[in-house]
Amino acid sequence: MSLSVPDLNLRIVVPALIVSITALVVLLGELVTPAARKRWLGYTSLIGLLIAVGATFGLWDAHATAFGGMIAADNFGLFLTLVILLGALLSVLLSVDFLRAHQVEHGEYYMLVLSAVVGMIVMATATDLIVIFLGLELLSLPLYILAAFKREDGPSLEAGLKYFLLGAFSSAFFLYGIAFVFGATGATNLTKIAAAIAKNPSGDLLLVGAGLLLVGFAFKVALVPFHWWTPDVYAGAPTAVTAFMSVAVKAAAFGAFFRAFFVALPGLAMDWRALVALIAVLTMTLGNVAALLQSNIKRMLAYSSIAHAGYILVALVAMGAQGSSSALFYLLAYTLTNLGAFGAVIALSDGARERLEIGDYAGAAQKQPFAAAALTICLLSLAGFPPFAGFVGKFLIFSAAVETGWAWLAVIGVLNSLVSVYFYLRPVVQMYMTEAQPGWDGSATLTTRIAPLVALALAIAVVGVLALGLFPTPAIALATGGFVR
Amino acid sequence: MIFPFLTVLIALPLLGALILLFIPRQSERAIKWLALVTTLVEFAVSVGLFVSFRAGTAEMQFVERAPWIPQLGIAWYVGVDGLSILLVMLTTFLMIIAIGGSWAGITERVKEYNILFLLLEAGMIGVFVSLDLFLFYVFWEFTLIPMAFLIGIWGHARRVYAAIKFMLFTMVGSTLMLIAILVLVFASRDVTGTLSFALTDVLKTPVPLALQPILFAAFALAFAIKVPMFPFHTWLPDAHVEAPTAGSVILAGVLLKMGTYGFIRFNLPLFPEAAKSFAPVIIVLAIIGIIYGAIVSAVQRDVKSLVAFSSVSHLGFVMLGLFAFNAPGMSGGILQMVNHGLSTGALFLLVGMLYERRHTRLIADFGGVAKVMPVYAAFLLIVMFSSVGLPGLNGFVGEFLILVGAFQANVWYAAFAATGVVLSAVYLLWMYQRVMNGPITHDENKTLKDLSPREIALLVALGVCIIWIGVYPRTFLDPIQASVANLLGILK
Repeated sequence: MSLSVPDLNLRIVVPALIVSITALVVLLGELVTPAARKRWLGYTSLIGLLIAVGATFGLWDAHATAFGGMIAADNFGLFLTLVILLGALLSVLLSVDFLRAHQVEHGEYYMLVLSAVVGMIVMATATDLIVIFLGLELLSLPLYILAAFKREDGPSLEAGLKYFLLGAFSSAFFLYGIAFVFGATGATNLTKIAAAIAKNPSGDLLLVGAGLLLVGFAFKVALVPFHWWTPDVYAGAPTAVTAFMSVAVKAAAFGAFFRAFFVALPGLAMDWRALVALIAVLTMTLGNVAALLQSNIKRMLAYSSIAHAGYILVALVAMGAQGSSSALFYLLAYTLTNLGAFGAVIALSDGARERLEIGDYAGAAQKQPFAAAALTICLLSLAGFPPFAGFVGKFLIFSAAVETGWAWLAVIGVLNSLVSVYFYLRPVVQMYMTEAQPGWDGSATLTTRIAPLVALALAIAVVGVLALGLFPTPAIALATGGFVR
Repeated sequence: MIFPFLTVLIALPLLGALILLFIPRQSERAIKWLALVTTLVEFAVSVGLFVSFRAGTAEMQFVERAPWIPQLGIAWYVGVDGLSILLVMLTTFLMIIAIGGSWAGITERVKEYNILFLLLEAGMIGVFVSLDLFLFYVFWEFTLIPMAFLIGIWGHARRVYAAIKFMLFTMVGSTLMLIAILVLVFASRDVTGTLSFALTDVLKTPVPLALQPILFAAFALAFAIKVPMFPFHTWLPDAHVEAPTAGSVILAGVLLKMGTYGFIRFNLPLFPEAAKSFAPVIIVLAIIGIIYGAIVSAVQRDVKSLVAFSSVSHLGFVMLGLFAFNAPGMSGGILQMVNHGLSTGALFLLVGMLYERRHTRLIADFGGVAKVMPVYAAFLLIVMFSSVGLPGLNGFVGEFLILVGAFQANVWYAAFAATGVVLSAVYLLWMYQRVMNGPITHDENKTLKDLSPREIALLVALGVCIIWIGVYPRTFLDPIQASVANLLGILK
């Protein structure tokens, strides 16, 4: 047995490295930054993230692997890296003033966000189950802390604890799945697993392993019936954290999910496709129906995020190049839209006092027309109205489903988006068609000025939502990258 | 290089809306004038389109085609033919009426109001000129948003309920249509080998007979809800009654026509076999709609609901004409779309004028109004006769052609439908009698002011069109003949 030096192709992991270094800089900077200057740590994070975006574009079309085929810079992974970085950038923009207003302006916030981003990038670019697990843990641990970041606040602590307990549980499932798959195929590398399955496509051990992996992923992206943690965690966590979690975790986890099932387990498609289709139906339906019943906007957006995970799952069922590219586009559209929606919730709040009940939004359009318009556009995009990004995303996914013979699944998908129109319109109706409530129309307290960074984030989100809706061609072209195998 | 008429027609209102966005909300006069000028210029452009339109050919004209999402074969592909040219004209014309008709009645959030109307105009034009199925769907859905806002913000007491109902009802149909479009396009790709959402490309290969009924049903549901055909009409009274006056004008005048237009643009040429087998069902529903709508109109206590239900009846006539599958029926159906837009638009405008003065629309609150508002009474009479179908006015031409077509198809169709003509005289003339004639029973009505010059100008414009079509319909029938003949050829 000869010992070979692994190909330490560091170039491949430069984006993750840059973010890691930024995280360390922020952590050390926290020690020397006076309390009044904490926002500079936010700016530092922004700069680091922007450089990482540049580095990711630099790797475009590199189509290479590193560390003995454990991590890949293929366009699939790089696209998701961009989505994750975009999500982090907008989240940091939303956070700077949010932390100040909620009196939790601690530098480690940014460090935790950046560490989670590193984990997400690792997860989205990993080509080995062990590395996927590494990324999963690396992204989860900071998020547990972030969910409980308002440490004086009961719901926030509850959210952190719940997220931690269920997260640990799901990690165990995932790890157990890896063990079974390894036992059946003798490999943790996705490509090698696929080769082993091609040689010997049967085996109960393998099926159990694949099932456990599915459960692990299902927990992370909140698929029915593993979604129970989502509403409580999303509602309890600080809004800026919820915004970040709801988009970036999905991008990373779905990335690994798709890669594992498309690269390693396509040989088992006969076994998992129908099951995943069923989960997609349940997830879409339960998410949308439950969202109908919510009166709290964060809980509504939590159930809506479950429903959107269901739509993305339709792309998984469709498989093939259309499946992966439509899912990538959808994740990009969803990231911009959902961050825009959460950003508008933050912009429409009054300092630390947030409009959490949908009734609180009555008459808001008169006071803050810009934020109200942004929220409206984002909600319409989530509902799938043209000419917004969400419409093109849904169109691509349903088109992939119809093309691969899953038209019935697409029909259930569109009927679900019909249901969703009702609850997405409720805040809009409140903002535009209802008179302001006493308490929220007291213009003495309500600031009609939006913090510049929040306004910037909102503007980026809204312009992005419109641009992706009107001119989706370049993004679709980027999303059709595919995997390195 | 030919003038890109259609892109300009879609872009102009959007440009107007964009400029309005930057005008401070306090300068309401400037906002109104800019919106009005935009619609006037838009109308002028559409007149240019109409004048340059070549009659006598079924070819698509003023075609513009540029790739939009080439990966999926989606293009910015627009054009007009005889089936759509009149509806484009109707839209640009009624938009002037809508903006002009809201001049005094809308006092709150004037800026948003006018922006939404201009967005709506761009969407409606887009629906009528799109030749790409994806593009059509985008415009189709896009029109929902501004209209729902117009109803929900500036409507009457139950406005929010009506706005949401309008939106959800329409979407039930259109979401299924989206899947039908996808199935259709991929079925066509399997034959031709290239993916294209262009209607002309999809039409090149006949749709498999096995797929036709289900696809026809999916498209038909979307359009039937919009028309609205009995029994899918329940959203209409709510939306029409709750909408602000100009919203009702556009809703009845143009948006309903999107449904009937959808039938002739997509259902008939794409699924001719299924259309033939479904025709009896559709015709029976149309006749039920004609009679039911008329009877329900007759018993309304609110003038606006009366006019709203009359739309169900009139649109039944249109559907009857279209599905008679012969030249008089179809030409009459298309012309009747325009006629209904003009006369019902005018009726809603007139009802709105009364409402602005009296803040009630109950028939019982009026009586003897003709004594204090003689000019108003004259206009109402003309518009009413146009709606009833008095010879010499537009409604007669359309209804007569439709009945001729129905008679040729099946005598019984014509016999039952003709009762609708009688019933429309009943509910409209009876309403006129109770509102305008007799003694003045309410003191408030003694001081009603007659029409202002602005209101007279709007009604004169509508009246000119009503009489023009009634006296010399060839101006409007000639351009549509060739396209109708072509469509009937496909259905043979």
